[in-house]
Amino acid sequence: MDYHSVQTTCPYCGVGCNLELQVVDGRLTGVLPAKGHPAGLGKLCIKGWNAHSFVHHPERLTQPLVKRMGQFRQVSWDEALARVSSRLMSIRGKHGPDSIGVLTSAKCTNEENYVLQKFARVVLGANNVDHCARL
Amino acid sequence: MDVEIREQLKTAVEEALARLDGVLALKKEPVGAAPHLYRADDEDLDLDVLALDPRYPMALTLDGLLDSFPQARLGVVARGCDEWALIELAKRHQVDMDRVEIIGVACSQQQAAECRCAEPYPSKISVGTKVEGVEDELVAEHRRLSLEERREFWERQFAKCIKCYGCRNICPVCYCPACALEDEIWVERGLMAPPFPSFHLIRAMHMVGRCIGCKQCELVCPAEIPLPVLYTLLRQDAAELWGYLPGKSVDDRPPLLAAL
Repeated sequence: MDYHSVQTTCPYCGVGCNLELQVVDGRLTGVLPAKGHPAGLGKLCIKGWNAHSFVHHPERLTQPLVKRMGQFRQVSWDEALARVSSRLMSIRGKHGPDSIGVLTSAKCTNEENYVLQKFARVVLGANNVDHCARL
Repeated sequence: MDVEIREQLKTAVEEALARLDGVLALKKEPVGAAPHLYRADDEDLDLDVLALDPRYPMALTLDGLLDSFPQARLGVVARGCDEWALIELAKRHQVDMDRVEIIGVACSQQQAAECRCAEPYPSKISVGTKVEGVEDELVAEHRRLSLEERREFWERQFAKCIKCYGCRNICPVCYCPACALEDEIWVERGLMAPPFPSFHLIRAMHMVGRCIGCKQCELVCPAEIPLPVLYTLLRQDAAELWGYLPGKSVDDRPPLLAAL
């Protein structure tokens, strides 16, 4: 019989509102706004109020999938990353670095977004970096 | 929280834990505090992290916990408004009060002023000292407006709504599994702000005889719509028409269910 709250930052945008994830026996059951937090001032938008809902969602992807012959197949992370890496390198070799773009996300942390733009510029040699907040 | 109140709270929770399966109360967090279930059999039990601020809807959380743990008898550290919400939920067969023990907390004068609360204490006080209630200036001010001015006021307020459903989500006396506010028959999808007056007046109607005036909806509203002003006026109307006050006794019959 366990119930506790976990204070964390909302994953949906850059405002940084804080949530109190509601945890009952190890499962997320809901969200409360973190009252008194300076970013959200104890208020949330509709996305924040539902920020827990994907975690235990039955359709959530929890493993990499690769499509072969029109069918998705579960593969290991090593296999998936090797495939992404070889495809990116072959596209770059054939069409040049400007043929590749990188879309980052407001759901990532600042540091993850930094790493991704670094990857685009230094590893791929491309300046095509954009962000879901502009969509 | 001053030393004396902290000690009273700690003692009350400690005593309750000896005879109950758990006590729902606030726990200090990195910023502020949040609801937490304290248990005597918890190896990490620490009553020094108990908190009384900021306000969370404890009745709402307790209702969920009683469903999750159907064998448990639970205590809850409750302000006056938390107690009224529990009574309202019990009246509507959502909460079994035989499984609940209330550890009543009287609000301070400052808390009463912040909440514009007329009755800042529960029926039995275990922590704190009773202070006088405060008149809700916003309601008094609103009463002075003409009918036309009131309509303009609410049209302006409701136009700010971003339809986050926070007022519904945080409300301790909102429990319907299927909500009219998510039903396309009543509330058209994809419109922002929700068309006047459907969304907000449906909710207001559902609050008649039910809203206990905890003002959680106002606290969480990103658009700062003073919803409790509307709900308080409705509560005053119900008191005048039927002599009915929500949250007072499990045996009182809600007028919209019983009288009409």
